[in-house]
Amino acid sequence: MEKVAPYLVNELKPDAEGNWPSPFNFGGKPCLVIRAPDGTVRAFNAICTHLDCTVAYRPEEPDVFCPCHNGIYDVNGRVVSGPPPRPLEEYKVTLRGTPGQEEIVVSRAS
Amino acid sequence: MVPLRSQIVAYFRERLGLDSVEALAEKKLVPVHQETIFYYLGGMALFLFGIQITTGILLSLYYKPSPDQAFESVQAIMTEIDFGWLMRSVHSWSANLIIGVLFLHVLTTYMMRAYRRPREFTWITGCALLGVFMAFGFSGYLLPWNELAFFATRVGTGIVSVVPGIGDELLLLARSGENVTGDTLARFYALHVVILPIVAFGLLGVHVFLVQKHGMSVPDRVTARHGSPRAVPNIRFVPDFLLRDMVGWFLALGLLAALGALFPWELGEKADPFGSAPEGIKPEWYFLFMFQTLKLLPSHISGLEGEMVGVLAFGAAGLAVLLVPFLDRGETPSRLRKLLNLLAAAAVVFFIVMTAWGFFDSLQFQLALGGLLFAGVLALAGATLEQSSAGRRLVFVLSALSFLVCVGSLVWGLQGG
Repeated sequence: MEKVAPYLVNELKPDAEGNWPSPFNFGGKPCLVIRAPDGTVRAFNAICTHLDCTVAYRPEEPDVFCPCHNGIYDVNGRVVSGPPPRPLEEYKVTLRGTPGQEEIVVSRAS
Repeated sequence: MVPLRSQIVAYFRERLGLDSVEALAEKKLVPVHQETIFYYLGGMALFLFGIQITTGILLSLYYKPSPDQAFESVQAIMTEIDFGWLMRSVHSWSANLIIGVLFLHVLTTYMMRAYRRPREFTWITGCALLGVFMAFGFSGYLLPWNELAFFATRVGTGIVSVVPGIGDELLLLARSGENVTGDTLARFYALHVVILPIVAFGLLGVHVFLVQKHGMSVPDRVTARHGSPRAVPNIRFVPDFLLRDMVGWFLALGLLAALGALFPWELGEKADPFGSAPEGIKPEWYFLFMFQTLKLLPSHISGLEGEMVGVLAFGAAGLAVLLVPFLDRGETPSRLRKLLNLLAAAAVVFFIVMTAWGFFDSLQFQLALGGLLFAGVLALAGATLEQSSAGRRLVFVLSALSFLVCVGSLVWGLQGG
């Protein structure tokens, strides 16, 4: 399965209110796209592995945070602290198009 | 010539069997003693259930159970329908009050040991009713289809998936699919307005019948003071107790109207199934103790996932509560009863502290509220113990210490510590 994210690479930044672009529908599940401090773009299944809440990216930390039970993952989706038992499911990201304004193509095996 | 009024009464008396209803009403007596006040809790819950049915029917005339229209229809109820805002607020406030009253009803029934033979099934149906009303609260919470409701349902239904063996099947049953969608909303609506009311009426019928059949339970020490249960002074249920009951209902109605008018229930933002959960998300107060516990549990405990351990522990605790009448059967104090009382006290403290912890973000206010509630519960427990007994003194000392913790924490909090 493959889908183009509804924003370009250069749009991956907090809006005027400080909110990161929302996850989008990827095969019926929310997909969170982040831009790590080193510039790499990563995509995850945004459903927390603890109890199914939807996680959010906090670029200022930087980490991926689940507000329901305070679970914290690093920018690679690995559990840092809190109750989540497993890392976030990561999807493959391919960038295509004009450098600096590439489309973000998210894909997974099935 | 027989007066017309008497003729009408005689007409209905003959056809509706009012004689037997009258005889039943006259037969029912309520014992009067120090703890009689606790007998009002069941009637209060029944009254609030009546409020729920009335306001629920009115809300159902305008509510539309689909993801595209649910939020907008509740918005219309609150802004366009005459007194719609009041009906929704009273429905939500009453839903919370009913759970609080039922918690107290179960707790005081336990403290009076009113679950013993022959009232085992009265206890079981009562506990089941508490579960049903919590399910009412949980299913009703999703109906406005707002952000909080959506994520509370995602997490709440996610909890069942950790049940070993049948978790995935339970999750599908609860959500009607893998995710929380319009199908889940339809399912929760059916549960809220059809399935749960049928179950509640059935259980309530059995519960009220059993209360009528066995009469009101009298605590041991009251019986001991009077020599036998029959020697305890009584008042008639109709009209003496019922009229007192109705004073409480009148006050509850006033409280609901005031809460609904002064603190209207908010609607929040419409749910975005693919958006991130907002920060500070919490369930209703009666699920907070579980929410907070699951927040604190580590990801793994002895090789098992933390949430599985938590959910299994809560399940086991619920089962233990149901089985109380079969564990504590004797008339004389026993070690098992002492253990049960200790566990019950620990469970109440756990519930209060975890709820306060989940509700407030600052440690000082958690301690203050926890201390205050703990002091209150202990004072309540102390009042039911034998006068000038060592247990009563201990409970009152602990209560005073908790109160000091409360005051100290408040001072600490207000000083910005």
